[in-house]
Amino acid sequence: MVRLLAIGAGLLFTLVVMISFVADAYNAATTDTPETAEYVFHEEARSPDGGWSFNGPLGKWDIAQLQRGYKVYKEVCSACHGMKFVAFRNLADLGYTENQIRAEAATWQVPGIDPATGEATMRAAEPTDYIPSPYPNDVAAAAANNNAIPPDLSLITKARHHGTDYVYSLLSGYQPIPNELKAEFPEFKTPAGLYYNPYFQYLNIAMAPPLTSSGQVTYDDDTESTIPQMAEDVTAFLTWSAEPTLVKRKQTGWPVLIFLLFATILAWMAKQQIWSAVKPAKRKD
Amino acid sequence: MADTSGTATADTATGTVAHDDAAAGGDGVRRRDFINIAALSAAGVGGAAVIYPLVTQMAPSADVLAESSTDVDVSAIEPGQAIKAVFRKQPLFVRRLTPEEIKAANDTPTDSLRDAESLADRTKEGHGDLLVTMGVCTHLGCVPLGAAEGENQGEFGGYFCPCHGSQFDTAGRIRKGPAPTNLEVPDYEFTSDTTIRVG
Amino acid sequence: MSFPWAKQYSPGNDFTKWVDEKLPLPRLVYNAVGAGYPVPRNLSYMWNFGVLAGFCLVLQIVTGVILAMHYAPNALVAFSSTEHIMRDVNWGWMLRYAHANGASFFFLVLYLHIFRGLYYSSYKAPREMIWLLGVVIFLLVMATAFMGYVLPWGQMSFWGAKVITGLFGAIPLVGEPIQIWLLGGYAPDNAALNRFFSLHFLLPFVTAGVIILHIWSLHIPGSSNPTGVEVKSESDTVPFHPYYTAKDGFGLGVFLIAYMAMVFFLPNYLGHADNYIEANPLATPANIVPEWYFWPFYAILRAFTFDFILPAKLWGVIGMFSSILLWFILPWLDRSPVRSGHYRPLFRKFFWFGLIPCILVLGYCGGAHLSTFTILASQIATAYYFLHFLVILPLLSSFEKPEPLPYSITEAVLGSDKKAVLGENTSPAV
Repeated sequence: MVRLLAIGAGLLFTLVVMISFVADAYNAATTDTPETAEYVFHEEARSPDGGWSFNGPLGKWDIAQLQRGYKVYKEVCSACHGMKFVAFRNLADLGYTENQIRAEAATWQVPGIDPATGEATMRAAEPTDYIPSPYPNDVAAAAANNNAIPPDLSLITKARHHGTDYVYSLLSGYQPIPNELKAEFPEFKTPAGLYYNPYFQYLNIAMAPPLTSSGQVTYDDDTESTIPQMAEDVTAFLTWSAEPTLVKRKQTGWPVLIFLLFATILAWMAKQQIWSAVKPAKRKD
Repeated sequence: MADTSGTATADTATGTVAHDDAAAGGDGVRRRDFINIAALSAAGVGGAAVIYPLVTQMAPSADVLAESSTDVDVSAIEPGQAIKAVFRKQPLFVRRLTPEEIKAANDTPTDSLRDAESLADRTKEGHGDLLVTMGVCTHLGCVPLGAAEGENQGEFGGYFCPCHGSQFDTAGRIRKGPAPTNLEVPDYEFTSDTTIRVG
Repeated sequence: MSFPWAKQYSPGNDFTKWVDEKLPLPRLVYNAVGAGYPVPRNLSYMWNFGVLAGFCLVLQIVTGVILAMHYAPNALVAFSSTEHIMRDVNWGWMLRYAHANGASFFFLVLYLHIFRGLYYSSYKAPREMIWLLGVVIFLLVMATAFMGYVLPWGQMSFWGAKVITGLFGAIPLVGEPIQIWLLGGYAPDNAALNRFFSLHFLLPFVTAGVIILHIWSLHIPGSSNPTGVEVKSESDTVPFHPYYTAKDGFGLGVFLIAYMAMVFFLPNYLGHADNYIEANPLATPANIVPEWYFWPFYAILRAFTFDFILPAKLWGVIGMFSSILLWFILPWLDRSPVRSGHYRPLFRKFFWFGLIPCILVLGYCGGAHLSTFTILASQIATAYYFLHFLVILPLLSSFEKPEPLPYSITEAVLGSDKKAVLGENTSPAV
């Protein structure tokens, strides 16, 4: 009885899903979906030529690069993007001393309260403060940016698919609309207030090119601040900010794995030893 | 079919294994024990290592530790006044002593005290009139009265803890009641003439 | 309940004797996973995954209880409290990655355990109850995993909660009130997050309780084995300890190596980038997909696209739930007297060339971007899934001629039952 009901139910499910199949297959065969510019001209994110120092199982931060990247963030990105999960005290990871951090924090203004009147005011940041957003709220951010809210950058490289490569490619990928695209899709336009960038999913992005010329940021070391260099440095900094424990994580992983390998070999030997008595011997014939 | 009965013999009633291969002998048994002990020890070491993160996760996190120093501006405190600041989420009393209060503290012989400390021990050189203590009674952690204007300062003109009646003098020393020690003076330094950094 | 030759617990000293009289817990453990439990001697490594699944539950409970010490189930701060764990709490990043990847490995182990049960027909009499309880455990773990994924309150958390509770909205008449009741509002918010947290904390302990029942019912007939032939004599079995404790210990080591490699080197590989964006009720991610372990079921949900008498949405929901619930009648669908797939030539063909590819296709389609190809492929696979369990399995035994079975487990291992001299008491045929 159970089996008869089951066979009936099974055939019913099969029938229903095959009707869906036929209907969908018919639709697919009769309707022609035109290819879109977004599909044809979207480019996959790429790494810089030298790769990333922190990639791979033995990856390490390039401290000088993180410092340069912080400078790019501070002088360029922070005009629109906050970083609410990164505190100034975290800059110790970038090799700064406590006094340097205190001085650096003091160059930023954060919302505070007037101790005498209790009214909202701005004060110099302290090491325990978090990197502030330039906008008091999302409405202000949208109003100032043509309705596109600049995302917080704390987690940006984790919040995008292949985020590190993506951010680097996006920052260094602004370009005029290629002629092939114009030829293939004459309808395609970049609306006012948007900018063409093949690494962005929809090709037209609301963020104006942030890195526009070599030397835009004056580096403290003798690295030349070309656009790809600045893009690379700030991306490294953003990767650090998204996961400050990245290098420590890999460094912890090695001893754990080596110990486990050792313990597992021992466990295997013990198991062989225990089972040797009841395993059938190899046949001698 | 080879004769497998010999090597396949195990005494399941006791879980021990009977080797019929004489050559394995005593050495074989010792090697077996060694491997089993080593494997169990490795599991034990691994288990113990796991305890470490599981225990330390309860210790103060990085953001809490970062809050552990506080700057206090002491310039606006008039003699006889005290302010309450916050240090490690606990009250901190900063009190500018009047000459009379200093005299009262210095006139008390330290060897008569439960917790023998002089006022000079409890203040910084050159700033003998500035008493910085935790606002935490050393008995059971209540906040003593006496810092704010008009509060009960107790018999000795310092602080009075309402929970169990501990009385502190003008140097924050325990004079009467159950508290075992003086109000704690936290680590602090003058970063300028008017600012202290506690912690 | 056990075999007559099972070893008996005997307390070694006065203290253990005293404990045994007052609370015979050591005896219970001895009989459950100690030397007092005789187990078929021929279990393959496929029999490791039950113990591993239990280990995963403990692991998830330990890391989860710790994460709950730092996490705040409030829509305003849930996302930042998760980042607080990742950045500020001592070893918080490791504990959270261990918990998140622990869920994936828990499911991996569960799926292998279920695969074992399906191939060797472990669900057949006398082990139906073990199987039924196993399906209950699986449903509980799925519910727990789903609610846990909501807690970080990222974009996938939010939209996952919205879509999955939306399934209930497909039920005619009462659907929408049920959805609103589940969420405590019109969209996922504080109320939903808080109750999900509460249930996410509770259900693992319920699961642990059902696991005890699962093991209890296992100990009545004893463990199955790759031949499917029941234990006949003492020479067919070895005591669980030390034989299978040692084997499980080695299996655990291999498991931990794979698991720790993920935690320390690819912790976000199985996750989704969108969940590092804080929940935003006003913007849907481009592609809402559940975690990988739900992909096959998600594909079945999306395969029904045609309003055949009932709305397609309702068909999808019925199909998805039926695809798991049909496991509850599985012991009564498959009537072949032979258990193990080793000795069932037709079953083996349908299993390896039908069911396994079908589930892999469903898994792929459930995780991929929606396209004509993935829809059509998942429709064929969905049809086969139901045909396999509900039509092919019930009919198969009528056509199939099983291969000859070994006389006993001992014969399967040693080539001849006569050669088996394992115990002193019960040598069968010497």
